[in-house]
Amino acid sequence: MQAEKKTIKASEMDPKFKYEISKMHGGEKLMRCFQCGTCTSDCPVARFSETYRPRQIIRMAQLGLRNRVLNSDTLWLCAACFTCTDRCPQDVEVASVIRVLRNLAAEQGCVPEVFKEQCSSILESGYAYKIPELRVRKREQLGLPPLPKGNTDSISKSLCNVHFLKHLGKKGE
Amino acid sequence: MASLKYLMFLGCAIPYRVSAFEISARKVLCKLGVELHEMPEFNCCGLPLDPVSHEMMLILAARNLALAEREGLDITTLCPGCAGTLKKVNRMLKENKELRDDINSHLKDSGLQFKGTSNVKHFMQLMVEDVGLEKIKNSVTKPLTMLKVAEHNGCHILRPKEFIGFDDPEDPKTLKTLIEATGATCLDYMDETECCGAPSVGVSDKVALQLARDKLNHVKAVEAEAMITICPFCHIMYDTNELRIEKMFNEVYGIPVLHYPQLLGLAMGMKPAELAFSELRVDVSKLLNKVEEKK
Repeated sequence: MQAEKKTIKASEMDPKFKYEISKMHGGEKLMRCFQCGTCTSDCPVARFSETYRPRQIIRMAQLGLRNRVLNSDTLWLCAACFTCTDRCPQDVEVASVIRVLRNLAAEQGCVPEVFKEQCSSILESGYAYKIPELRVRKREQLGLPPLPKGNTDSISKSLCNVHFLKHLGKKGE
Repeated sequence: MASLKYLMFLGCAIPYRVSAFEISARKVLCKLGVELHEMPEFNCCGLPLDPVSHEMMLILAARNLALAEREGLDITTLCPGCAGTLKKVNRMLKENKELRDDINSHLKDSGLQFKGTSNVKHFMQLMVEDVGLEKIKNSVTKPLTMLKVAEHNGCHILRPKEFIGFDDPEDPKTLKTLIEATGATCLDYMDETECCGAPSVGVSDKVALQLARDKLNHVKAVEAEAMITICPFCHIMYDTNELRIEKMFNEVYGIPVLHYPQLLGLAMGMKPAELAFSELRVDVSKLLNKVEEKK
């Protein structure tokens, strides 16, 4: 990703960003990172991606490169295998910091379509995927018990105050 | 002997496209005396939405835990993602009163409340901790001594270690032990604990499939006759996508990928048809013939 190789300007850095992340669940230990690179060298995705580097994402967060990191496509490549979290010698929950960053990006509406689809599906049926009616009916033939139904009213009530849902509204209208 | 009762939490991926796992697991658990009850209602465990809203994940998981509490039962799942999420949220809400109160305020209008009275175990954990290895070994009537297979645990059954607290993520033994209980040989291979790549599908299929290919190469190198999984997503990566990977990278594998309960079911003397072998994408006829010949 070319953009990430650009010179960093002081005006780009938001010194409050790291404190914001540190207050969120999973981001508490961001400032402990001393850039040893264990996360990147053990990351299965980094082995095959030319752009995804967890160490770099953590450093960008520490430096307060808010826009650069939140708009970065590579943020969404993490497979959440938690190898980095388990192996970090400084006990940084690397995968969780990345999740915090993704949450912040999603708050701004910067989110891959697949997540919006899954969210809509959960609100409509309880399930993250739209399970074809044929599959549901086939269960009986296969000797399986009926598929439990999603209580969509109840699910909507529980989720009505979640901020992310406003991005679904925009799209649906 | 006290009966083992669990609430079966299916998750989304299994009813969507991995029914062979459910069919074989129910058959095997029934034979081992585990009584399964169905969820009274269902919503996704929350894991797929954790990347976009941690709060939404917590609420969705808490709803399921509250439903299980109302039924007075512990949860078991076939999907390690669901198990990991429900376990983690269960512990977070039990330990953090402020968070618990906050999440409960979202559940209130639905008439639900999280109290922290149910536990969560993945199928594999239930097998070793509640059913017990002895009972599993005793249930084997047709040992699969003719088979050499490779295990694939996947990540969420083991990581993050702090919340899962099951087996050793750097050197997991449970699945190997369970495979050996069927009489089959479980081979070691390079990078056994490597991720299948499934969560990156949809964001970058190329990266995800390269990860799966890497694993298939290592499994092929030790000449394993099958791969054994315990996760619906890992299974999709290796079985459903195996042909796609072969085409994309010009490789030939032909490695069947079995859900663990399918392997155990065979060793218990069940017929392949009972265990939904026909649902598998990669051809299993060679493997089944070998099992049949030696019986």
